[in-house]
Amino acid sequence: MRRLENKVAVITGAARGIGLAIAEKFAEEGATVIITDMNQSYIDESVQELKNKKYDVAGICMNVTDSQNVEECFKEITDIWGKIDILVNNAGITRDNLLMRMKDEDWDAVIHTNLKGTFTTTKSATRIMLNQKSGSIINIASVIGVIGNAGQANYAASKGGIIALTKSTAKELGSRNIRCNAVAPGYIETAMTATLEESIREEYAKSIPLKRMGQPIDVANLCLFLASDEASYITGQTLMVDGGLVM
Amino acid sequence: MDITTKVKELIKEKLNVDENEIVPAARFIEDLGADSLDTVELIMKFEEEFDMEIPETEADKLRTVQEAIDYIEKNLK
Repeated sequence: MRRLENKVAVITGAARGIGLAIAEKFAEEGATVIITDMNQSYIDESVQELKNKKYDVAGICMNVTDSQNVEECFKEITDIWGKIDILVNNAGITRDNLLMRMKDEDWDAVIHTNLKGTFTTTKSATRIMLNQKSGSIINIASVIGVIGNAGQANYAASKGGIIALTKSTAKELGSRNIRCNAVAPGYIETAMTATLEESIREEYAKSIPLKRMGQPIDVANLCLFLASDEASYITGQTLMVDGGLVM
Repeated sequence: MDITTKVKELIKEKLNVDENEIVPAARFIEDLGADSLDTVELIMKFEEEFDMEIPETEADKLRTVQEAIDYIEKNLK
């Protein structure tokens, strides 16, 4: 039996990058996967790509910063699929700049999408998972949320916030068999990190004990474990997928 | 089914308590063994069942079976 057989999983920001890798991995393991994202054409493209592989996937355009929209989308999901076993809060953006040059709107945008976006979906999913008396919530944080980074004060704050939110969620919902963990990727090769200059990427790679950047599948594999029943006694944790960068 | 019967049924189902214990003066937390999450879930059940919204400030005041029944009877559309 596959590891997520008969499970319904919602993954935010899953039309590309790490989210898409998680969606594919979960689908491969038998889950019904609902991909949410802001961009309908990216969603259509990714859903089609996964459907071509005979996976059970669907897409919904959802804005995680809009709690009413999130509530409506989750209602639609439960109307169709009846439950939500797994929620992966992956939607995230960057607006990098040095603190002194950072505009309020860049701060707000990152905090809203990354941190508030995790809160809104968790809140909506919790109502559903409480009735089920089970669920696994996985929040995608970042090593930056643990160690900080020059030029990423907003991103670091949002990811550090996600780690704290993860612990509170785990404490509040543990008695109902709802687990919540954070995954903190290090430098993963995606569109988000592709904008870095080659020399900077090489410099980063040198500082990683495993001497290479990670791949989206590395993150997806950890998410799979946390989503599955194999992790049934693990909650409130932040696990790094970073080639040993932070220890 | 009248409101009192339905409310009692929801309490019984949610808190898993004996019907005889659900007397009007019974307090959800102290007498019926609910924890804070149970009370939130119970309010959600009332909202769902009676198709109404119970504001947070009002929800905090509903501590006994009778208080919940009274509130729902008074505010039902």
